[in-house]
Amino acid sequence: MDLLFSFVTGVASFTVIFFIIGILYILISESSLAIHRFGVIKFLTSTSWDPVREVFGALTNILGTFLTTILSLLFAIPLALGIAVFLTEIAPNFLKGPIGAAIELLAAIPSIIYGMWGLFTLSPIMSNHIEPFLKKITAGIPLVKVLFAGTPMGIDILTASVILSIMIIPFTASISRDSFNLTPAVVKESAYALGATKWEVVKNVVIPYSKLGVFGGIVLSLGRAIGETMAVAFVLGNNHRIPTSLFDAAATITVTLANEFAEADKDIYLSSLFYLALVLFVMSFIVLAVAKLFLLRAERKYSR
Amino acid sequence: MTRESIRKAEGIVALTLSTLAAFVGLFWLVFILGDVLVHGIKALTPDLFLQDPVPVGVKGGGLRNAFIGQLLITLFATLMGVPVGVLGGTFLAEYAHGKRIARMVSILSDIMVSVPSIVIGTFIYAILVKPLGHFSGWAGAVALAIIMIPVVLRTTEDMLSLVPWTLREAAFALGAPYYKVITQVVYRGAATGILTGILLSIARVAGETAPLLFTSFNNSFFSTNMNGPIASLTVSIFQYAMGPYDNWHAQAWAASFTITVFVLLLTIAGRLIIKWRYK
Repeated sequence: MDLLFSFVTGVASFTVIFFIIGILYILISESSLAIHRFGVIKFLTSTSWDPVREVFGALTNILGTFLTTILSLLFAIPLALGIAVFLTEIAPNFLKGPIGAAIELLAAIPSIIYGMWGLFTLSPIMSNHIEPFLKKITAGIPLVKVLFAGTPMGIDILTASVILSIMIIPFTASISRDSFNLTPAVVKESAYALGATKWEVVKNVVIPYSKLGVFGGIVLSLGRAIGETMAVAFVLGNNHRIPTSLFDAAATITVTLANEFAEADKDIYLSSLFYLALVLFVMSFIVLAVAKLFLLRAERKYSR
Repeated sequence: MTRESIRKAEGIVALTLSTLAAFVGLFWLVFILGDVLVHGIKALTPDLFLQDPVPVGVKGGGLRNAFIGQLLITLFATLMGVPVGVLGGTFLAEYAHGKRIARMVSILSDIMVSVPSIVIGTFIYAILVKPLGHFSGWAGAVALAIIMIPVVLRTTEDMLSLVPWTLREAAFALGAPYYKVITQVVYRGAATGILTGILLSIARVAGETAPLLFTSFNNSFFSTNMNGPIASLTVSIFQYAMGPYDNWHAQAWAASFTITVFVLLLTIAGRLIIKWRYK
């Protein structure tokens, strides 16, 4: 009986490994047609995504994913670190709990809500107010001007990145806060004793001490942002061209999958979509594994 | 200006910016929730829950099919995902406690928690939709179950680890075999924690859209047949919001409102239970 129970629980826990291997295997076998037709390097570097001529390349999708992810990190990291500093050093004790919980609540809102809100509320604000404003103030600057070229439609990389950044703020913020909190009081007090101001303690003691954890949190958010689908599907426009401006519609891997998977009529089309899914899976798995590695190392360091 | 006053000024500026950052975060939360609330309540009518969709151009109609579909998919996903997750977590915290394999599985689960859910959708499409030739509610439920398993597994593992070893040793001393110790002592000690994990995992999958897009697909008619395409709230929201009609948009807002309230209530309840039980 005991043996049976241990066996059943064992099988249940190995389902996780089974699913990871299963997903990898199924995605590879389903995309084998596209892998044979387009190869690996060619698929990853080709910009054509043409269901009519049956030529598929992933570069526009990969580029879209990278651009939105990196932009959203640029927006989110300073805010998230600021929130973490506020929650650990500035806020009075009775506010720490409620405000921290409220920020974490942002992570609980389903991504489709972000997407819809982005389409109906944020996108008009972006196209009517913020984007024309950005265009105006950058009009005189030679190189920056190019980034803001084109008609501000609100359905573009910039809007998608803003939504993504709101979604990932809570991950970075809460992990950073937890890492900041692990800085031993003695170390901080020694710095205060030397006459450091509060900001100097944060800048020179707390942040260097907890950088492993903070970095892990950032990489985790990166992994989340790469795989986010619904929040960007509404406001990115699914456009398979190399974007030249932040006001261009684009496509990420996830958006392409969401929009085209159920409609793919030809084998090679479907196979190429599976190929994209494979690329996404491998990419996000590596990023998440790196994040986990950092967080584990941070954990080991602090527990010493 | 002296060095001291520069340092002080720098500190004040930096700390003010941090405070501002916190308020920006809160601002987004209030903005999004407020928007969903305002738009959602306006469109919230009894018809939304009691009527099925009507053809475009006809007034009225609701999303009864999507509410029922969502309930069915989530229910079956929970029935499949929770037992596997709880048992898997038990293995890691008990039989494989401290072993290398337990660490590996728990790290892999942490990664699986964040793996893009749309990839899981494509996986299920390949194994459950393509071979059978049609979309089905079962496929959607299995996709959600796969997302649930690592979440439940990790919380169960953590919660079981919190039960003190002396408790187990006391039960062993009475001559109980390990499975009895687990089911009658350890599970009881960790029941609240495990339950909270289950609540949070339901909250997690209830708002998922991407894995349902090409597994359970959508259905504009009322259906409880898990063997065919079945409507879900989230996919309906996607379809309605992207559509061109104003009353579609209104219904999408109302559906968003319902699902947001449901998910947030579950999340807050879960958090409060953890706080009350483990502090």
